[in-house]
Amino acid sequence: MDPVVLFFLLGVFAKLARSDLRLPEALYETLSIFLLLAIGLKGGIELAKVPLGSVAVQAFAVLAMGFLLPLPAFAILRGLGRLSRPDAASIAAHYGSVSVVTFAVATTFLSKREVAYETHMPLFVALLETPAIVTGILLARMGTLASVRWRAVAHEVLLGKTLVLLLGGLAIGAAVGPDGIEPIKPMFIDLFKGVLALFLLEMGLVAGGRVADLRRAGVFLIGFGVVVPLIFACIGAIVARLVGLSDGGTALLATMAASASYIAAPTAMRIAVPEANPALSIGVALGVTFPFNITLGIPLYLRLAEALRF
Amino acid sequence: MQTHARKLLVVICEAALEKMLIEDARRLGAAGYTIADVRGSGRGGTREGAWEADRSIEMKVICEAAVAERFAAHVMATYCEHYSVTMYLDDVSVLRPEKF
Repeated sequence: MDPVVLFFLLGVFAKLARSDLRLPEALYETLSIFLLLAIGLKGGIELAKVPLGSVAVQAFAVLAMGFLLPLPAFAILRGLGRLSRPDAASIAAHYGSVSVVTFAVATTFLSKREVAYETHMPLFVALLETPAIVTGILLARMGTLASVRWRAVAHEVLLGKTLVLLLGGLAIGAAVGPDGIEPIKPMFIDLFKGVLALFLLEMGLVAGGRVADLRRAGVFLIGFGVVVPLIFACIGAIVARLVGLSDGGTALLATMAASASYIAAPTAMRIAVPEANPALSIGVALGVTFPFNITLGIPLYLRLAEALRF
Repeated sequence: MQTHARKLLVVICEAALEKMLIEDARRLGAAGYTIADVRGSGRGGTREGAWEADRSIEMKVICEAAVAERFAAHVMATYCEHYSVTMYLDDVSVLRPEKF
């Protein structure tokens, strides 16, 4: 097993055993800024070399997938789970959006197995973050769209740190290229795995703290947190193959589709759909789907990508 | 020393409300505010401030009694139904009344 995953499990263990281990909030913030910038930079370095036409087609397909993914999730939550409209819409938005850390773990998994992937994949992480949130809000607010604080939500999402740092990193990486990145490479590229490991220790503490929420969420949502990522991974893999991504790129897009947001979506949905219970969406996204994806999911998605060649 | 009576309104709530509360406070006549990150537990569960969606804030506003009441009533009506909010008022004495 990858060491970063073991760090995560250590964090979960520490939380469940009630250890006094606690990372200072300032460190969490620093690590997450580092990771977002580093992922953006890495994706940007080669971006200038990729033909614009092929990226544009891929980007369009990824955006469309982002807008549509919440729809099947919403139907399952309403139909099978009998959840209220706001709760179903909010959870659907979380699952349609993307988890950057899950993506980061998937890239280290692929690198370790020497599976190549398109270097501009972080661009798709940035593209996948917002559309599902918009669809989620529309699903929750059908008929009463005027009541949504669109301006506050738009500001929160489009100028939130995730998009600013991911897109900022991509732009800086693309502007300076491989040679320009050399002076900051020891910090942002070489240290990446170590920082990710430390961040996952913190994520373990956070996920371990969500166990109480799961008791409230019930069996249906826990099952949802495992089955829906598998379905979404298939959708992601099919889209990836249709736009001509490699094995590695297909595994990564499958991982993105399978992952659930726990930073951008909770904040945006809290403002836009306050009556949705955040303990449900965050409990299942962080308590079930995130651990499932980084331990069992990612290896499965690589196999899926390798099996799905057309 | 001469002191002047004012109200201290304290709102403890989810960090998601911060920007909206600041806008509301300004609009309803508060001259200033102080916000701190906090963590704690209540009937709505425990919030440890471990990551973005888990953060809580404490907002303090010192102002005229009428402003405090307007702001408190607005918070009650707008946010208390769906967000975790704890709120209280206290009498305080200030030395420079023109600030509040």
